[in-house]
Amino acid sequence: MAKKVVVLVGTKKGAFILEGRAGRRSWALRGPFCEAWPINHVVADPASGTIYAGGGNEWFGPAVWKSTDLGATWTHSSEGLAYRAGEDPIKSVWSLAPAGRSLYAGVEPAGLFRSEDGGRTWRHVAGLRNHPSRPKWQPGGGGLILHSIVAHPGDQRRLWVAISSAGVFHTADGGKTWEPRNRGTRNDYLPEGEKYPEFGQCVHSLAMAPGMPDRLYQQNHCGMYRSDDGGRNWRSIEAGLPSTFGFPATVHPRDPETLYLVPLNGDTAGRFVPGGKAAVWRTRDGGESWTALRKGLPQRNAFFGVLRQAMAADPLAPAGVYVGTSTGTLFASRDEGESWTVLAQHLPAILSVETLLVAA
Amino acid sequence: MADDESRPAPPRVVVTLPAPLVNLFPGSVRRLELAAASVGEVIDALEARWPGMRDRLCDSRPAIRRHLNVFVGSERASLATRLPPGAEVTIMTAISGGSPALAEPGRRRGGRPLDRTGKGVV
Repeated sequence: MAKKVVVLVGTKKGAFILEGRAGRRSWALRGPFCEAWPINHVVADPASGTIYAGGGNEWFGPAVWKSTDLGATWTHSSEGLAYRAGEDPIKSVWSLAPAGRSLYAGVEPAGLFRSEDGGRTWRHVAGLRNHPSRPKWQPGGGGLILHSIVAHPGDQRRLWVAISSAGVFHTADGGKTWEPRNRGTRNDYLPEGEKYPEFGQCVHSLAMAPGMPDRLYQQNHCGMYRSDDGGRNWRSIEAGLPSTFGFPATVHPRDPETLYLVPLNGDTAGRFVPGGKAAVWRTRDGGESWTALRKGLPQRNAFFGVLRQAMAADPLAPAGVYVGTSTGTLFASRDEGESWTVLAQHLPAILSVETLLVAA
Repeated sequence: MADDESRPAPPRVVVTLPAPLVNLFPGSVRRLELAAASVGEVIDALEARWPGMRDRLCDSRPAIRRHLNVFVGSERASLATRLPPGAEVTIMTAISGGSPALAEPGRRRGGRPLDRTGKGVV
């Protein structure tokens, strides 16, 4: 059966949906959805095609929006998406992840929630905030946010989350107990001799290699890392990259050795693509070497960044790669990054990009 | 909010809702009359009519959300504010939204500037 790619875009002012036609050569954009709320993450359950959008509105608080008809109609709920009375209220939903029959939501201030009824009601996965390190978690520039949720494909009890800037945590018992998994990742903002703490690193994004659940990649505020043991140990793979700073890390849909990054010019120089020249960087060997992919991307006067959830790949062959900028441009490649075109521009600042494959 | 049997029936009051809230709840209306002895009971009644509306109006402290205002007549009210018969209860969005960092210059939480503008930097 013919399939088409749907690109789901979360922005500072609503969600947008693009549908690819004619072999990803022609695209139609719809939106803004979700009443133009800030939408941090739009995802789809690949099994059902249901779309979920997480965000938070200054007036009306956090919610997860849901559409079962590719965005034609939406509902929203935050029932149960709350901490106990007296705690700092939840401001916003930052990350969503379908995992089997469950749907997870990461929120600000950092915590994890789970829905077993397709986002209608939520329960706090309290074990994470009960971790003894919790009182020492510090917010990063974007707040104290739980922004990455990675589920083990074969074991629903296992889950990794990433919190800025508390680091990576893992559970093997469905969220009851958690352990930090940050060994080998650096925190340049601590004194000499203290730069490799048990937790407190500013992880920016976390990704799992396809078919290799123990192979994790992370882009950190301070470096780029790979783990081959489920995050127990990390090693730097930043040699060959133009900087150690960036936000997203996107894996290839089938090849565990292929990874895409968008290094930026550092955390104090504007957080732009380096030299005003845009590039997506790709490794084909698990981070041993890197190639800049520039064809079709602006090579002068480009002053944008790409935020942590704003890059994704589609599952077709060759894989499509999609990159959304802080200036509201959506770039796409349908040849694994070799060349790029503009799918949309003049959107609000893009906060997230994900893909879904549906019947054409 | 269990009613004390000895207490008289709650007064009828008139409630006005902000348009962006009504947009979120199909079938809801900008202006309605209901029975409530306090602002908290107004919220209860709205939740009963349109499930989920409480979460949009109140946070888990619990309190009216920080960027919403509730007026009884011309006075700002809280959840505990009592309502006389015929009270006009107006729920309004505050002048904020758009860019939250600009909406509240200088506001600080936990010793750090409030910054909800994005993931790192936008």
